[in-house]
Amino acid sequence: MSPREIFALRDHLGAELTGRTLSDAHTSVSLTDVLSQTVLGGRLRELSGRAVLLKLSDQLRSGLAMIELDGIARRMLLCPPDLNPAHLDALIADAGIDAVVTDEPDRWTDTGVALVVTAQLPLVPTIPAQTERGTEWLMLTSGTSGVPKIAGHTLEALTGAIVAEGSARGPAPVWATFYDIRRYGGLQIFLRAILCGGSMVLSDPHEALADHVARLNARGVSHISGTPSHWRKLLMSGSAAHFAPRYVRLSGEIADQAVLDGLKAAFPGSSIGHAYASTEAGVGFAVNDGLEGFPADYLGNRNGVEMKVVDGSLRIRSSRTAHAYIGRDASALTDDDGFVDSGDMVELRGDRYYFVGRRGGIINIGGLKVHPEEIEAVINRHPDVRMSRAKSRKSPITGGIVVADVILADGTDPARAKEIREQIVQQCRAQLASHKVPAVVRFVEALDVTPAGKLARTDA
Amino acid sequence: MSVRSKVIEAIQQIAKEQRVALPELSDDLSLHETGFDSLAFAILVARLEDETGVDPFTISEDAAFPATVGDFVRAYENVPA
Repeated sequence: MSPREIFALRDHLGAELTGRTLSDAHTSVSLTDVLSQTVLGGRLRELSGRAVLLKLSDQLRSGLAMIELDGIARRMLLCPPDLNPAHLDALIADAGIDAVVTDEPDRWTDTGVALVVTAQLPLVPTIPAQTERGTEWLMLTSGTSGVPKIAGHTLEALTGAIVAEGSARGPAPVWATFYDIRRYGGLQIFLRAILCGGSMVLSDPHEALADHVARLNARGVSHISGTPSHWRKLLMSGSAAHFAPRYVRLSGEIADQAVLDGLKAAFPGSSIGHAYASTEAGVGFAVNDGLEGFPADYLGNRNGVEMKVVDGSLRIRSSRTAHAYIGRDASALTDDDGFVDSGDMVELRGDRYYFVGRRGGIINIGGLKVHPEEIEAVINRHPDVRMSRAKSRKSPITGGIVVADVILADGTDPARAKEIREQIVQQCRAQLASHKVPAVVRFVEALDVTPAGKLARTDA
Repeated sequence: MSVRSKVIEAIQQIAKEQRVALPELSDDLSLHETGFDSLAFAILVARLEDETGVDPFTISEDAAFPATVGDFVRAYENVPA
């Protein structure tokens, strides 16, 4: 053991807590005796000290492989399902990958990766392994284009917020998330389930929302997280009616007042919180007062997380941030003082900060900078609106104008469309500068959401 | 609905939204006198494009922006189908 004791995921699992499971739509695995079983065909020893690419087609085997590899591999790179295969070679080179864990071993013959280990179910018995080292966790950023960046974390950094919050009293939670656990937001939930003695129900991209909710109910899910877009889709689907989680969490996008109020109405008995986190900055804070934005006194040093606002963007320094970008041409992840620039723009109104959008997501309207999220937040306050997306459209007169695509609540009388459109424009006029008021409001049936659960912004 | 009445209705709708006090619309009225600013015109052109499928000011490079309400209406009326 190194100077101080190193804990890996396996050290949070033990036979003393019974009835714990990790499940997906097809299979349920007992977490209680998972340490004496292997998803790697008993080949964990071969992966000791290696830089392992985790490239699996499902979350269940991915999660089981993480449990086995943490504390044994030197580093492991988690591949989210939507990773563009064209970027794989660059990532393998940047992360110094010398082994892959896959369910498609045939694809990896003659690829130059020295060691290929097949992950397979059902689990087979094995002798429990001992933690050897602190494994470096490599996660991919969810940027829109180009090769994603690799952010390096330790388990300690990844679990800093979970340890700080401690375990809730009462029965161990059954966690679920609409995220994929190979993304930061989903991994946080997976780690919570492991560290806090609970169970977890994984999402399945091929499953209809109603079937997913039925499965969440059947498995007794009590704690669940997703992006505001995930939650809006659930509220629109009508599937929320028979679901009553104790805790509902939002993260990954701006949680506006409309979605918070919508969830409060749909889940009157639940605690509803929105968390601020990113792959690079780690978990910053959670807000549990039911209001959008966060209290201004969160700035400064709070629970070991230091936050400041510079040039309008939120900067975070804490032991929970990633420690570096990994790769040959990797840029610095923090400034000289150790602060991560989140790129999330905030605005102080009264004694609260409000998120207004991403620095990179600004659209240009006749030479003026506009955050689409700010416009969407106002549109979403209309009681008949479920979801919206603002974007720019070329104009021969001003260069650009704001247009908004809006999804109306189910069952809205089409005859009211004109009236609702006028109300939306009036509401925007009352609350936004004139160039931010949508020139055109279109009603649409659906809006694209990226595999990472965020509203697709192709023009931004 | 005729192209002319679509254009006039859109002008009146935007005037209402933008709180512009429109003078009586006649063909001779200069666009400047409508009280519309460039944003209001940008909105008008975008909405008419959605409704009629054409933007006469983008299709043709040499199309001069009209001077009067009559010119503006004719720009939409004269678009080849």
